[in-house]
Amino acid sequence: MAENQSYYVPASSPWPIIGAIGLGLIAWGAGNTVIDMTNEQDGYGSTVLIAGIIVMAVMLFGWFRDQINESMQGLYNEQLGNSYKQGMSWFIFSEVMFFAAFFGALFYARVIAVPWLDGASNNAMTAEVLWPQFVAQWPLTKTPGGTETEAMGWYGLPLINTVILVVSSVTCHLAHVGLEKDNRKQLTAWLAITIILGCIFLYFQGAEYIHAYEQLGLTLQSGIYGNTFYLLTGFHGMHVTLGTLMLIIMFLRVLKGHFTPDNHFAFQATSWYWHFVDVVWICLFVVVYVI
Amino acid sequence: MSTVVDDIHHEEHHDHKPSGITRWLFTTNHKDIGSLYLWFSLIMFFIGGAMAMVIRAELFQPGLQLVEPNFFNQMTTVHGLIMVFGAVMPAFTGLANWMIPMMIGAPDMALPRMNNWSFWILPFGFAILLSSLFLEGGGPNFGWTFYAPLSTTYSNDSTALFVFSMHILGISSIMGAINVIVTIMNMRAPGMNYMKMPLFVWTWLITAFLLIAVMPVLAGAVTMVLTDKYFGTSFFDAAGGGDPVMFQHIFWFFGHPEVYIMILPSFGIISAIIPAFTRKRLFGYASMVYATASIAILSFLVWAHHMFTTGMPVFAELFFMYCTMLIAVPTGVKVFNWVATMWRGAMTFETPMLFALAFVILFTIGGFSGLMLAITPVDFQYHDTYFVVAHFHYVLVTGAVFSIMAAAYYWLPKWTGHMYDETLAKLHFWTSLISVNVLFFPMHFAGLAGMPRRIPDYSVQFADVNQITSIGGFAFGLSQLIFLWLAIKCVRGGEKAAAKPWEGAEGLEWTVPSPAPYHTFEKPPKVE
Repeated sequence: MAENQSYYVPASSPWPIIGAIGLGLIAWGAGNTVIDMTNEQDGYGSTVLIAGIIVMAVMLFGWFRDQINESMQGLYNEQLGNSYKQGMSWFIFSEVMFFAAFFGALFYARVIAVPWLDGASNNAMTAEVLWPQFVAQWPLTKTPGGTETEAMGWYGLPLINTVILVVSSVTCHLAHVGLEKDNRKQLTAWLAITIILGCIFLYFQGAEYIHAYEQLGLTLQSGIYGNTFYLLTGFHGMHVTLGTLMLIIMFLRVLKGHFTPDNHFAFQATSWYWHFVDVVWICLFVVVYVI
Repeated sequence: MSTVVDDIHHEEHHDHKPSGITRWLFTTNHKDIGSLYLWFSLIMFFIGGAMAMVIRAELFQPGLQLVEPNFFNQMTTVHGLIMVFGAVMPAFTGLANWMIPMMIGAPDMALPRMNNWSFWILPFGFAILLSSLFLEGGGPNFGWTFYAPLSTTYSNDSTALFVFSMHILGISSIMGAINVIVTIMNMRAPGMNYMKMPLFVWTWLITAFLLIAVMPVLAGAVTMVLTDKYFGTSFFDAAGGGDPVMFQHIFWFFGHPEVYIMILPSFGIISAIIPAFTRKRLFGYASMVYATASIAILSFLVWAHHMFTTGMPVFAELFFMYCTMLIAVPTGVKVFNWVATMWRGAMTFETPMLFALAFVILFTIGGFSGLMLAITPVDFQYHDTYFVVAHFHYVLVTGAVFSIMAAAYYWLPKWTGHMYDETLAKLHFWTSLISVNVLFFPMHFAGLAGMPRRIPDYSVQFADVNQITSIGGFAFGLSQLIFLWLAIKCVRGGEKAAAKPWEGAEGLEWTVPSPAPYHTFEKPPKVE
């Protein structure tokens, strides 16, 4: 609840409308890129998409620059800090629900759809009429339509990646502790290690995709097993990429001497995001790879 | 640069508004953004309404007269999408923007710049969606529910544009909802504790939670449609081990809470208006709060009642049937409380009250037909007939839209500083009330007799009932033009409105002058 203090209301800003234009260009460009790709025609979809991404990048840079300047001038008060923290928490909750949709799809396919196709529950005739040869199994290495693939094991790269991400969560926390104790050395060192671990994770993830495509024949078109595998790990990978970029920006700001033990919302938000990405990976490792 | 205004007197004498187009493009003012949302939603209401007119014109007679079936399907689809995402949701967000800060004694929304971003995404999202109608092959034609495989295997080329426009509209909704929640949790004036908040604030708090929980699920659903259609995945294709039924589960996990997103703020509006015009306090405030929360929780447990005929194990059909019927309990609590509030009240019948009364009665009709549809074996007959169309138009038009109209009349004096034209408003109410029932009531009978929805042609025995329905539809559409005229007239001038034009109205918004100054409550008010 508000203390009896003056409120802070930010001045008007051109960045939101620029952001809206950017998102509009991205949506229109992405849609047309996909349509052009399918029809194998040349269009200006991809050009518009790139333009949109540039506009978004400019917008983010400008918006955050203004934001950082205002914060450094001491214009912000504690209430605004709370608003940011709560806003970030709800944003992460929305991300959790986004992943929940794909985890839900994996659960439904594995526990309901695939067994039903083999006649489970009261679906004996489904199996009989549609694909009598089909045998339910998970990972679904042979689809009813006959596409074959190999399953991705959990040992090797995925296990190493799990360890890397869990360790990076710890190092991120140590950096945060360093910041709170005003120990800049600890902050810089652990933050740098976190970024490096994030990059290694992404590199291994790329290597794993290449392995899957080239050796295992596990592609995006390999039926529901490949679909859930790639969309879950893919969206997770995109979030790790974003998280790493955020960490790099935090690192640059730390080098410029930003943040104090009691004023470092941006760092805190980045750290929350990084832990969230880590938790998603642990769930993902368990349900996609192990069981 | 930013300013911290710490002197309330200073602010009262310099109610300075920025001028020109940049005021609207760059604004961080919750009232400006609220107005943008409300005007946008009114424009979308007329565009979506025009599509409904096309539908009703085609259905005026059996046989195909005016439009191709493919175009008819695009009209039903885009009418639904526009009314849900373009008219009703932005109207509620606009009301939230205008009223919540004033109701809780805050100077603005918690995150004003993000607020502006949320709004300005909408015109771009709908421009993309509407532009797809003009492409070769047309726009989305698979119904607003975009069931796979209609939206995957059998949809036209432009589906990717539909998908990405849904993505950015979802981003807009999520940011808007985060803003509302953070504003309510963090910006209340001292003394404004949770159980003192006006019910409109409470219902919006819960609505915003629902939005943040389910809009990302919609994003997941459209993403899977995109990859299924364009990238060879088989989430909704049994040949690859997926299941088209899974689409319906994911969609309705979003879709059912979405339905309550479009009605909970209405409950808040009606809970403000009925006490104001009965000059009594709302009966059962706490029970209203708990009922709203119960409806929100239950909304996550009922999604498969949209899919009784799709096929599910019997225990699932029973589970979803009973959970759905359970929702009648908290909803009944609300209707009871509104009626009990009116009991022995000193009632007057200005236009907001008329719309609120019509809401209570007609929404209840929609609720009861919903209860009928909840009964699994009965739904086997009603499913995908005009009975369903009648049901959800009773809850969405005479429910959500009537409550938005009630809210507009109730708060127009506060927004514009002028009283609206009461004669015109009454004309708008009575023409709307009569025509909306001529429009939707006969649909119940058409549906019970077996007329399927979303079909441009029908068997001749349904001709009479469709003709009546179409006449009601045209009349309802025309009646809304009265509102447009009235709203413009009210903005431009009229009798000066007092700070509190309604004798029985309560709440902080009536303590500030009409029109509400550009900046209100830069110092938090004291709430007793």
